[in-house]
Amino acid sequence: MSKTQGKVHSIISNLVLVRVEGPVSQNEICFIRLGEERLMAEVIKVVGELAYAQVFESTRGLKPGMPVEFENHMLEATLGPGLLSKNFDGLQNDLNKMTGVFLKRGEYTNPLEDDKKWSFVPLAKPGDRVRAADWLGNVKENWLDHKIMVPFKLRGEYTVVSVAEAGEYTIHDTMAVLRNDEGREVAVTMVQKWPVKVPLRNYVDKPRPFRQMETGVRVIDTMNPILEGGTGFIPGPFGTGKTVLQHALSRFADADIIIMAACGERANEVVEIFTEFPQLDDPRSGRKLFERTTIIANTSNMPVAAREASVYTAMTIGEYYRAMGMKVLLLADSTSRWAQALREMSNRMEELPGQDAFPMDLSAIISNFYARAGMVYLNNGQTGSVTFIGTVSPAGGNLKEPVTESTKKVARCFYALSQARADAKRYPAIDTLDSYSKYLEYPEFEEFARKHISETWISDVNEARNMLVRGRETSEQIDILGDDGVPLDYHVVYWKSELIDFVILQQDAFDPVDGSTSMERQRYMLGKVLDVARSEFRFESFEEVNPYFKRLINAFKQMNYSEFQSEAFVGFEREVADILAERKK
Amino acid sequence: MATAFQKVYTKITQITKATCTLRATGVGNDELAVVDGRLAQVVKIWGNDITLQVFSGTEGIPTNAEVTFLGKAPTLKVGDELCGRFFNAFGEPIDGGPAVDGEEREIGGPSVNPVRRKQPSELIATGIAGIDLNNTLVSGQKIPFFADPDQPYNQVMANVALRAETDRIILGGMGLTNDDYLYFKNLFDNAGVLDRIVSFVNTTEAPPVERLLVPDMALTAAEYFAVDKNEKVLVLLTDMTLYADALSIVSNRMDQIPSKDSMPGSLYSDLAKIYEKAVQFPEGGSITIIAVTTLSGGDITHAIPDNTGYITEGQLFLRKDTEIGKVIVDPFRSLSRLKQLVIGKKTRKDHPQVMNAAIRLYADAANARTKMENGFDLTDYDRRALAFAKDYSNDLLAIDVNISTDEMLDTAWRLFRKYFTRSELGIKKEIADEYGHFED
Repeated sequence: MSKTQGKVHSIISNLVLVRVEGPVSQNEICFIRLGEERLMAEVIKVVGELAYAQVFESTRGLKPGMPVEFENHMLEATLGPGLLSKNFDGLQNDLNKMTGVFLKRGEYTNPLEDDKKWSFVPLAKPGDRVRAADWLGNVKENWLDHKIMVPFKLRGEYTVVSVAEAGEYTIHDTMAVLRNDEGREVAVTMVQKWPVKVPLRNYVDKPRPFRQMETGVRVIDTMNPILEGGTGFIPGPFGTGKTVLQHALSRFADADIIIMAACGERANEVVEIFTEFPQLDDPRSGRKLFERTTIIANTSNMPVAAREASVYTAMTIGEYYRAMGMKVLLLADSTSRWAQALREMSNRMEELPGQDAFPMDLSAIISNFYARAGMVYLNNGQTGSVTFIGTVSPAGGNLKEPVTESTKKVARCFYALSQARADAKRYPAIDTLDSYSKYLEYPEFEEFARKHISETWISDVNEARNMLVRGRETSEQIDILGDDGVPLDYHVVYWKSELIDFVILQQDAFDPVDGSTSMERQRYMLGKVLDVARSEFRFESFEEVNPYFKRLINAFKQMNYSEFQSEAFVGFEREVADILAERKK
Repeated sequence: MATAFQKVYTKITQITKATCTLRATGVGNDELAVVDGRLAQVVKIWGNDITLQVFSGTEGIPTNAEVTFLGKAPTLKVGDELCGRFFNAFGEPIDGGPAVDGEEREIGGPSVNPVRRKQPSELIATGIAGIDLNNTLVSGQKIPFFADPDQPYNQVMANVALRAETDRIILGGMGLTNDDYLYFKNLFDNAGVLDRIVSFVNTTEAPPVERLLVPDMALTAAEYFAVDKNEKVLVLLTDMTLYADALSIVSNRMDQIPSKDSMPGSLYSDLAKIYEKAVQFPEGGSITIIAVTTLSGGDITHAIPDNTGYITEGQLFLRKDTEIGKVIVDPFRSLSRLKQLVIGKKTRKDHPQVMNAAIRLYADAANARTKMENGFDLTDYDRRALAFAKDYSNDLLAIDVNISTDEMLDTAWRLFRKYFTRSELGIKKEIADEYGHFED
């Protein structure tokens, strides 16, 4: 197919109008030639002969009349072994392959390695009937089994003609030959492409999530659990610890693959991941965290249009690993920056704006994106999942703004970060009572919890939650009526809720022990704390309540800082018991 | 400025307060032009209609004014000769000295590849405990002062700049009053550090749109010293609120749909492009940005401080503590996001725990004060917390403090011992054992 040509007509910042000489399609990729440089752009609107293209680069020096060539395809991700441990930009350029300290305009690099050899083991044999996304073979990517699959773009059934023998191959070698019923043969390599804005739907079924995704963060796992294939979002004003929380999730979550989309956020935060992940051990496999991680870094100073692409690129890579039966955790920080990228472009196209000048279809775009997450049953009956947690940066900390509201409609878990908690240095600053996990109401999860955590887990969690609610109510009463204006019992109720707050909800993300808590330990500690909360105490006056509970909390906190069931842990546990014995009825 | 063979246009079709439009060919995006002797920049190309943003305003420009295009984006001549000099927004000397001769570089250049950045890890000590103890600064960081216009933010910023151990200081002044401009000039002169300092200043006497060039000028100079010379560069930008106001003027003249608080929809990206120039280079050079964002009535939900807060690595709040009669760095609302990289690592091990405990106790004091104001009886603990808060504010938070970090930590422990018991601190046992010196 010959490529459509065109010429630059108009330039408004990174929106370029191109007069086209032939057919052009929506979302088609084109390259604008500026001297030696080729600038990549995506068509986002067509009016008559004019194609409106958003340029993924700076347009400085661009002039009307410069030649443009259209590529006949949409923005695509390149999928194959070698995606892990990589740092990509929003367009999937390998940032490490770029030359120089500064990003060069028009420099595009290969996301994979052309000549690296992978150790292939066949899984299919000649004569097998296969469909798109069926597994043909396996290569080891770091320690993970990376499946070589029937290309996602193929339609209908194929017969395997041949499969390569076990051995070392590059990504471009033919690993299998397939034939369809019309006799057309297709050679399959390890690498394939997929348009990032189109969901990958090569699975049999997408059930409701039911398995818990452990994160090691107590306020999430215990109070507001997220499930494998679930969706959640974290809105919060700046300075409330969104990013620290996301980093904790990426470190400790029980996932096979972590994909982090740093979308329009600070470069130094990405550098922190680049620097620390290669050193950090995966608590589950004992290997380096970096070996299971892919980072899509399109920081706030990188071109805005590529920022929009970055979340789609990340999701497509996530769906690719899901098709291999992996548990993928996708983190996007922050989806508000993505929405702002949409707003900038909509503004330049002079579209009629919706609320806060965001495009009218913002809500639909967000819900379509969240809908791509989920747990699926693959063609072979195995499961794979993409769990998605996005952060939202609400303008002015106001949760009534369009991005937060649109996200709230689709995400099942809501982790509300509170300025008041952050100010009081109560981290993670998730306000448990304002947050929710709809999964707590799922009968599927109730059954899972009964089997895998404890018989009474859900009711224990709800009990703790109720105590927090009562604690908040009594604290308001105390504030209004004064310490001595309320019954003594109010102080005890309040301090019981403070105990839950300090011991369960608050967690030191930077402490080697307290940073991540296993589900077993969470069950144990919640039981311990509830024991206290259910007990009756002897107090003569309200002035005794505060110091007593402070001592109790202090001993509990020392438990949190000690290795589970270690000597120190047991020692502090004994201290807790001693303090309890003083006043427990 | 026009040379002989440049084509001269003389037919302007449209003029607004900040822009003018004419028909021309062969013009590149972002290119500079001269309109009636005034510098302008291409901001929109629609077919052959070119829209120019005239930096000094369009007052008095006739439709038959001479327009020439310079074929390049705005540039700055860089070199060691920049040191000790004062320039306007266009990089022209305003101190009466000669023009600088050096390599000509386009301003607003490309971003650093994130994988080529190094993680910031060098502490910048200022002697101010409200900063060093609670909100430690790190080289390669970007952090603004959020301050009401009546607070002494320029003085505090200048103090920080002079005490910090850096090789070079670049001042980008936007909408500085002439008095403030002279304040900086005299201060740098008297401190005998003028040769370390380069200043780009747009005073309130100059047209507001000109100041859009100031941050890029300052940062281009900063990149020269940090990249070419491997120097530690500190960039001071004051006041970024006035910069953002200038952005909104231009976008308004170009009929763009405003978003929140009548700011352009691209405000976040525009500010990020500036602040993200803060970087630690692998070869040792670094750019640290300390900025000022003035607030109106302390409102941080306004689009300018709000977007800034999402971009910068923390913020420093100044507040007048009426009880001690001094300006303090507010420990609740201030934050340095990069402090985790140095506290307890480059500073003493007890630093993180001491910092958190002190702020928590200060918060208890704030609660006690509310109780007191509402006429409730105070407990013994409340009274101790209040007494602690007063000492803490005076001995550590006040901006006139100038001591080493170790002294700050010792001071905090002294106050802890004076007012509280060990268990009330909630500090990890081993830390309290080692540094607490409690008698029990």
